Amino acid sequence: MAKHETPLLDELTKGPWPSFVDDIKQEAARRHENKDGVEYQIPEDVCDDLLGVLELSYKDKETHWKHGGIVGVFGYGGGVIGRYCDSPQQFPGVAHFHTVRVNHPSGKWYTTDYLRKLIDIWDMRGSGLTNMHGSTGDLVWLGTFTEQLEEIFYELTHNMETDLGGSGSNLRTPADCMGMSRCEYACYDTHALCYALTQEYQDELHRPAFPYKFKFKFDGCPNGCVASIARADMSFIGTWKDDIKIDQDAVKAYVGGELKPNAGAHASRDWGKFDIEEEVINRCPTNCMSWDGSKLTIDNSECYRCMHCINTMPRALRIGDERGASILCGAKAPILDGAQMSSLLVPFVPVEDPFDEVKEVIENIWDWWMEEGKNRERLGETMKRMGFQKLLEVTGTKADARHVQYPRENPYIFWKSEDVPGGFERDIQDFRSRHQR
Amino acid sequence: MATVEFKGKTFEIDEDGFLQRFEDWSPEWVDYVKEQEGIKELTDEHQKVIEFLQDYYKKNGIAPMVRILSKVTGFKLKHIYELFPSGPGKGACKMAGLPKPTGCV
Repeated sequence: MAKHETPLLDELTKGPWPSFVDDIKQEAARRHENKDGVEYQIPEDVCDDLLGVLELSYKDKETHWKHGGIVGVFGYGGGVIGRYCDSPQQFPGVAHFHTVRVNHPSGKWYTTDYLRKLIDIWDMRGSGLTNMHGSTGDLVWLGTFTEQLEEIFYELTHNMETDLGGSGSNLRTPADCMGMSRCEYACYDTHALCYALTQEYQDELHRPAFPYKFKFKFDGCPNGCVASIARADMSFIGTWKDDIKIDQDAVKAYVGGELKPNAGAHASRDWGKFDIEEEVINRCPTNCMSWDGSKLTIDNSECYRCMHCINTMPRALRIGDERGASILCGAKAPILDGAQMSSLLVPFVPVEDPFDEVKEVIENIWDWWMEEGKNRERLGETMKRMGFQKLLEVTGTKADARHVQYPRENPYIFWKSEDVPGGFERDIQDFRSRHQR
Repeated sequence: MATVEFKGKTFEIDEDGFLQRFEDWSPEWVDYVKEQEGIKELTDEHQKVIEFLQDYYKKNGIAPMVRILSKVTGFKLKHIYELFPSGPGKGACKMAGLPKPTGCV
């Protein structure tokens, strides 16, 4: 018999999608049964009380968590999101329900051995509930009490060689796409760069020193499988400089129907026979492709590297060999002054261990933003307030047509005094000697 | 809300051990909090950070940004963590009696 009646939540156990309600109930039952004789360090009925408080929220249509919460581990200024229930007498199991962010491996590759050991810690010292994973990438442990935080941290670091993720006004946990581990489009080793920068900037990740949060994300190609252009203050997106590699025989195999377009991604509906003109040539945003019935050609100097043709015919078309990444800056959610996607700053940067060219751009931006950024101002907002030109200056980047989608249409153009013959110091009397009042 | 008694003083605190009212702060508060914040001996440097935080809060009604705290005290962030192991927010602001930091922490 469940501790709390949950008629509203029980509705969510119906239907085909995996039900989080079923799963939490299962975990609640497992904790009560406790077959392994675990010495639970937080209330055994944490899962029951979580369902109870959630049912109450469904009824009231209001959250039942108190505002904020400041908890953590010594040495770090972030990593744990404190949370307290606003009805602790009714739901003592979730009186404290802190979230622990655990830094995940690049690409979220795991062994069952590692996950089992992690879960052993969490089973004993937490709720047994997780979020695999948080949007930023962390493996998230949902729900524990303050007294357990240092215990969890000790076991994580000493037994699992695993650290906490980031929270607060600092570098948040970086994340990347699967990259070269299982994708032929990857233009650089996203795992290597993500891991190297996570390690390099541990200090910035664990001890908030920034005006506000700051995120890195690494996409191996413009497809953006980790959505870096929308979800990271600095987005690293793989690309190439030379020509797309064409296998003409494979192109013919697509045209002949032996190979499925988009690797069969649209197989669930009949879209007719593959039409290379209609599906590739005419869809190219720069119109730089042609097909003469037997040969595909690409005018690579006009190619944006949008990925469409490669995505459609992955067996026939491949990324070039001269590879690297573009760096874009400033993506953020709407608060305060509107949503932004990242803007192109460095069109092409080589991505090779030890990634010095990449680090230089990062550190130049930080030096500037840490000094000039206002309290709780994202990089994107600092760019808006101080101007893109300033970002170019501090990163030592030469302005380039690729920095804009189109030139400004208003004539409010600032000049530097040194670029104007005679400078800005003028004498009105001198002017009046030529122009009467 | 919980209350604690320490050396004849009474303090009202929240779950995270932050003072509910800045006006309730007294030197005894620092003594009371220091252990839970991992501080054995209170030095002049601790005092300097606490005093600056309080002055800044009284003048501006908010806690200073980390950068300003570093600049004015001359202590690098690393040193602030040596003084206050849980950092400037949870450690120093709590001891100084400032309201709990908020936002996306």
